[in-house]
Amino acid sequence: MATAAHRITRTPEEDGPADEAALAVAYEAAFDAAVAADERIEPRDWMPDAYRATLVRQIAQHAHSEIIGMQPEANWITRAPSLRRKAILMAKVQDEAGHGLYLYSAAETLGTSRDELLDKLHSGRQKYSSIFNYPTLTWADVGAIGWLVDGAAITNQVPLCRCSYGPYARAMVRICKEESFHQRQGYELLLTLSRGTPEQHEMAQDAVNRWWWPSLMMFGPPDDQSQHSAQSMTWKIKRHSNDELRQRFVDICVPQVETLGLTLPDPDLRWNEERGHHDFGEIDWTEFREVLKGNGPCNEQRITQRRRAHDEGAWVREAAAAYAEKHAAKNGAKIGAKAGEAAA
Amino acid sequence: MTETTKAPKTREPAPHTAAALALGDDALVLSHRLGEWAGHAPVLEEDVALANIALDLLGQARVLLSMAGDEDELAYLREERAFRNLQLVEQPNGDFAHTIARQLYFSTYQRLLYAHLAAGDGEFAGLAAKAVKEVVYHQDHAEQWTLRLGDGTDVSHERMRRACQALWRFTGEMFQPVEGLDVDWEGIRTAWLESVSAVLRRATLDVPEGPQSGAWSAGAGRQGLHTEPFGRMLAEMQHLHRSHPGASW
Repeated sequence: MATAAHRITRTPEEDGPADEAALAVAYEAAFDAAVAADERIEPRDWMPDAYRATLVRQIAQHAHSEIIGMQPEANWITRAPSLRRKAILMAKVQDEAGHGLYLYSAAETLGTSRDELLDKLHSGRQKYSSIFNYPTLTWADVGAIGWLVDGAAITNQVPLCRCSYGPYARAMVRICKEESFHQRQGYELLLTLSRGTPEQHEMAQDAVNRWWWPSLMMFGPPDDQSQHSAQSMTWKIKRHSNDELRQRFVDICVPQVETLGLTLPDPDLRWNEERGHHDFGEIDWTEFREVLKGNGPCNEQRITQRRRAHDEGAWVREAAAAYAEKHAAKNGAKIGAKAGEAAA
Repeated sequence: MTETTKAPKTREPAPHTAAALALGDDALVLSHRLGEWAGHAPVLEEDVALANIALDLLGQARVLLSMAGDEDELAYLREERAFRNLQLVEQPNGDFAHTIARQLYFSTYQRLLYAHLAAGDGEFAGLAAKAVKEVVYHQDHAEQWTLRLGDGTDVSHERMRRACQALWRFTGEMFQPVEGLDVDWEGIRTAWLESVSAVLRRATLDVPEGPQSGAWSAGAGRQGLHTEPFGRMLAEMQHLHRSHPGASW
């Protein structure tokens, strides 16, 4: 497909003799035109450094969230109360590792590497979603995560399927399909608990009470405090503001919680006829900032476990690399020998 | 789950039930152990692979246990002494080398056994025919890692050597006849030894010495005599289910 962006794909041969300054202006204009025309930017296309940097930051953070997000759920794999639920949960955690892999690959198309990104995660230079710093204290939390956390993620991520950067948009299409499936399973888990014994119902309500506000925080700070929003929307990385998406999510959840036979822990939640939306209470932004700063209930635990898995696995990765090198050398020697025979 | 909250009675099961329990418990218990790796693997691809193998095994366990009764009642309400799995599969994960050695030994056994059952026309032929496709993949995964660890660095070689040695005494039990299965156990043992030895040699590892069976080898899992870590594993696995008698999940 010949797009504005593709026409300005640069190759080293073309780069040399041209006037750098004039080229830069032309590149930028073509990039802006491609974004304005809703065309996809692809890895070999020219892009502003800041566009590249913001995408690396966002995709990496997204990838990190998938792999840190395995922990709160994996916490219940060994205690899942039925074999069917255990299989569903294992499959879900496996999908999350897979999502992490797609997203690291998408980030790598921007000229970074998975190792580099993991290193930034492990050293705290890159973040992951604040939600995974909350603990899973009961089995119902697995359902609440599926319904609320995956639900919020989907609300955030569906518009990303139309994001201007092609590799990210395509990764999101695959991820959103699987996330929707997880969300329905989480909802069904909560429904079963809610209609179960009084103890199970209470367990479900308690989980919703604990996960509701942190889920609303997943949409990020209010629009007037969101530092990356305006630029990301101009670049069509983002399509809707944080507050818009948060409102959409609340409006979706209210009828769902009624069907569940549960309630949301917000006394200010009510339908606003005039706005055509639900009004809801004030989010505790102090808590949000504390969690982001590393002071949430599980920040330390999550990153320590991730680092430990990585460090304790170092010898395995080294073994694989050493084996690959030895055998590449052997195969190379064989190919060399054959080539030598052929030449002789 | 049915409404009953009684633990299943310890009665003598019919032969095919005994076999379904033995094979089902192997798959259930090893699946559980592999599930413990979730989020802890040395590399993301292994988080995916180990979960994938765990899921395959859990799928097999569910079919097999359902042949013997109610899958959840059997998994969650039996006590340690009523489980019929091999002691090999209940061994703790240890380091990655221990997990791989355990998987190599078991997957090779399972592939040979299931290929044999799939070729017959017994009660397990259908399940075995489907499962053997999965198990071929598990065995390949374990072999590939055995080669990489054995023939990788000095450190990985030593760890893999220790793991293969440590788990060797649990392998003899695999060839004890299982009631209800018409299998040439001696033939499976010979094929297993040949296959595992070939992989170990390619991985520059020695085939472990010492008794594979006999007085000093482990192996009474099929009789419900297990190793100490197993009780703790079951406590964790069963705790939530047992805390809510009669509940549905």
